[in-house]
Amino acid sequence: MTISAAGETRPTNSGIDTEATIPWDDVLAAYDPVLGLEVHVELGTNTKMFCGCATEFGAEPNTQVCPVCLGLPGALPVVNEVGVESAIRIGLALNCEIAQWCRFARKNYFYPDMPKNFQTSQYDEPIAFGGWLDVEIPAESGEGTETFRVEIERAHMEEDTGKSLHVGGSTGRIHGATHSLVDYNRAGIPLIEIVTKPIVGAGERAPEVAKAYVATLRDLLKALDVSDVKMEQGSMRCDVNLSLMPKGSDTFGTRTETKNVNSLRSVERAVRYEMCRHGSVLSQGGSVLQETRHWHEDTGMTTAGRPKSDADDYRYFPEPDLVPVAPSRETVEALRATLPEPPAQRRKRLQSDWGFSDLEMRDVLNAGLVELIESTVAAGATPAGARKWWSGEIARRANADGADVVSYAGERGIEPAHVVELEGLVTSGRLNDSMARQVWEGVLDGEGAPTAVADARGLELVQDDGALEAAVDAVIARNEDIAQKVRDGKVQAAGALIGQVMKEMKGQADAGKAREIILARLGQS
Amino acid sequence: MTTDLTRASAAELADLLTAGETSSVEVTEALLERTDAVDGDVHAYLHVDRDGALATARAVDARRKAGEELHALAGVPIAVKDVMATQGLPTTCGSRILEGWVPPYDATLVTRLKAAGMPILGKTNMDEFAMGSSTEHSAYGPTRNPWDLERIPGGSGGGSSAVVASFQAPLAIGTDTGGSIRQPAAVTGTVGTKPTYGGVSRYGLVALASSLDQAGPCTRTVLDAAMLHEVIGGHDPMDSTSIDAPVPAVVEAARRADVTGMKIGIVRELTGDGFQPGVQARFDESVQHLVDAGAEVVEVSCPSFTAALAAYYLILPSEASSNLAKFDAMRYGLRVLPEGVTDPSAEQVMAATRDAGFGDEVKRRIILGTYALSSGYYDAYYGSAQKVRRLIADDFAKAFETADVLVSPTAPTTAFRFGDKLDDPMAMYLNDIATIPANLAGVPGMSLPSGLADEDGLPTGFQILAPAMADDRLYAAGAALEQRLLASWGGPLLGRAPELSAASTSKEA
Ligand SMILES: [Zn+2]
Repeated sequence: MTISAAGETRPTNSGIDTEATIPWDDVLAAYDPVLGLEVHVELGTNTKMFCGCATEFGAEPNTQVCPVCLGLPGALPVVNEVGVESAIRIGLALNCEIAQWCRFARKNYFYPDMPKNFQTSQYDEPIAFGGWLDVEIPAESGEGTETFRVEIERAHMEEDTGKSLHVGGSTGRIHGATHSLVDYNRAGIPLIEIVTKPIVGAGERAPEVAKAYVATLRDLLKALDVSDVKMEQGSMRCDVNLSLMPKGSDTFGTRTETKNVNSLRSVERAVRYEMCRHGSVLSQGGSVLQETRHWHEDTGMTTAGRPKSDADDYRYFPEPDLVPVAPSRETVEALRATLPEPPAQRRKRLQSDWGFSDLEMRDVLNAGLVELIESTVAAGATPAGARKWWSGEIARRANADGADVVSYAGERGIEPAHVVELEGLVTSGRLNDSMARQVWEGVLDGEGAPTAVADARGLELVQDDGALEAAVDAVIARNEDIAQKVRDGKVQAAGALIGQVMKEMKGQADAGKAREIILARLGQS
Repeated sequence: MTTDLTRASAAELADLLTAGETSSVEVTEALLERTDAVDGDVHAYLHVDRDGALATARAVDARRKAGEELHALAGVPIAVKDVMATQGLPTTCGSRILEGWVPPYDATLVTRLKAAGMPILGKTNMDEFAMGSSTEHSAYGPTRNPWDLERIPGGSGGGSSAVVASFQAPLAIGTDTGGSIRQPAAVTGTVGTKPTYGGVSRYGLVALASSLDQAGPCTRTVLDAAMLHEVIGGHDPMDSTSIDAPVPAVVEAARRADVTGMKIGIVRELTGDGFQPGVQARFDESVQHLVDAGAEVVEVSCPSFTAALAAYYLILPSEASSNLAKFDAMRYGLRVLPEGVTDPSAEQVMAATRDAGFGDEVKRRIILGTYALSSGYYDAYYGSAQKVRRLIADDFAKAFETADVLVSPTAPTTAFRFGDKLDDPMAMYLNDIATIPANLAGVPGMSLPSGLADEDGLPTGFQILAPAMADDRLYAAGAALEQRLLASWGGPLLGRAPELSAASTSKEA
């Protein structure tokens, strides 16, 4: 038995190739896009939305289930309070109003991975509504950024479905499969669906705006600590609604809903692709079919899914097994007080606190080092030191491993305290910069904390002035011409002597001290 | 002391057990023998758990012998309607679609019975998914009324009332969505209570209509009902709609049986026209008994009750259509492969299974509910029904300003003959006209025997309704009426029921 795709009959646009695309510039010349983004976020609660089952990702199939999330006859749901609080915090962070009183509703449709054949969701009474999120996109001038405000229609609570695995086909998709397996571990995991109002006026920036919105939302949810927002694991999923209207018109065209858009890059590409495809259909005189489409990361294209119409009837009605959610205003305000600083604002503050240039800050952001640098600075390092040590050798090694710095360091027990200690060794004069680099490599090689590595490798600036003075004397003797220049007042010529002294000392000397002695010997101190 | 253990009330059995004059094993065996003798005719059970019941009985006897402090009803056996999930015991809801399903968990109510040490004798017959007023819609054949085997025992919980009326169990659990505890009680001459909505946990009750369903006791005496009510009632964190408050003092109210100064409201819309003369006559007499006991009579009007049936038959099918969607052959229960289809899809298997597994009445209500919830019709049907529901609750609230309890006949007629209303769903639905308003408003109700109708010699029922969370008033009024009726009859009404084919298997203790 296989789980078949519903709805095989489709209206046709006779003589028109609905799968063709036209060039990007041609689309922009004739049409304006209207975007709508629906983002589903799996909350990181310890237990499911309506039962006490665990929510751990990647567990053996059907091991995190109970009568409630399996939809066994007689079982009843109980709302996860933490899930409701997370929903409210998300709503507040998106500048939404929080409902004084709202209910869950049943969304009725049959599908084998949905245990009750209805999804417990919210319908006309969402927990949060009427908000906005500012996103930043590169300014058209090419310098700095500009802000685009995305209006939020609503954020509501619901439960996830199980997961179907189609076996026997070559593609892992329904068609061609001999049978299907269902894993209900995911069934009942709390989801928040965040829906934008139609985004108009983005024009050619629409793909960038879409991507920036999802990225900004992801950062925000991460800062709220409500979800691990891993698009590749499906804990954050994006559906892209898109339609075109002829330039100058303000009547929305027919939209498609593209599913399975599960990376930031794909969001941008999918918007662009659908704009080019809609443009093709419309410019051929055809009409866009209202349907769901599937995004294919590999080909960069969408394919037709299920026809969808406004007549799709889920027979919503208020869930009689649950009581209304009525958060008190005190609760809402208490939750508001737990909101973190908005990520964009925080970035600006940190950049200024740390004195990083735009370029430095961008590199730090792209490498995902903000939190690590923040905790390293908090542990006592200088911002410049924290940035330097977390973005050099360790980044090269993490990159070679296909990992990011944070997880690479985490797995190896390399901590902010190590950076602080390393910096301390330099400022105390025990190590110079090149020695510090060697010590850091030792730390990364797993040889221990910086002091231990320096000890083991015998790395230490020579503190014995006698040895240094002897080396200076030897170098001056060999380079009488240079020494004379210094004596004559060309102090900058001392650099060449310092270099030779350092060489003589095999690097284990304090260059500053060497300079002091040289200048003293040559009568310039 | 000589007692027929099968005819003893639960309260009497509890006393005998506490006094050590009988054992739970002895009681359980007597009841199981009675079942062997009579249930071939009555068909109250879908499943008898002889071994499980005796194992519990032995365990309780051992604990009692060891001097453990036990629950008052420890060792008193009980039958459970087949709509409650029972771990390790088949649970079919009277439907083919759940044939062979054995739940991996217990309903909260069942957990409480087990915690009290009550042996579970078996699972009782019912209309499929509790849809019906006669048990004729059970996929496993109807239950017969012990008063007349050619007549219906009421429904949907005909099995639970018949099992008590035929002395196969002193206690049974029923569920009441529109009268499924009270109407069977009325037509079998037994007692049944629908507690306040939320008063007894619904966790493990296979839902018909979530906002209306409520489990409750089916017994032969008012005191027994109160004692069972106390065992199963109270807050359950597994049921969001469960009331977080102590169970009203129902046992105390039943023992005091005091109606002095109580205002009894006769609901104008639930008497007179449409009620069988014998039913009405016994009702009027019962009201007089209550007056004699010190109550005061007032007349109240609840005009919205006339729309209750219509609202009920929109809300119930709507919720049921969604609740029954889970029966899809994917995870449990029946799985039927469509004929002549090679390599069928999941949707085809679902359709074939639901076609074969559901009976006509279930399909009728799923179709009605699906239609009522459809977009474009929602406001006109489900939405309007919810408005009527609020009006009915308002009518109750207003009536309870002048009356402490409301009373009416439980059902308009005595037990009808099999097949009489099977082809006329409206006539069948009308049987619940007096019981439905309580479910729509969530208030508690009780039915107790008021006598036999002169025209057919069959039992009639007297219904008492109280405000939400005032379940104790049902028991105060019910027990007071019961006392006077027993005195006037000279013994229990069921003593007048015909002997069933096999002689009563009395046991001496
Ligand atoms: Zn679960």
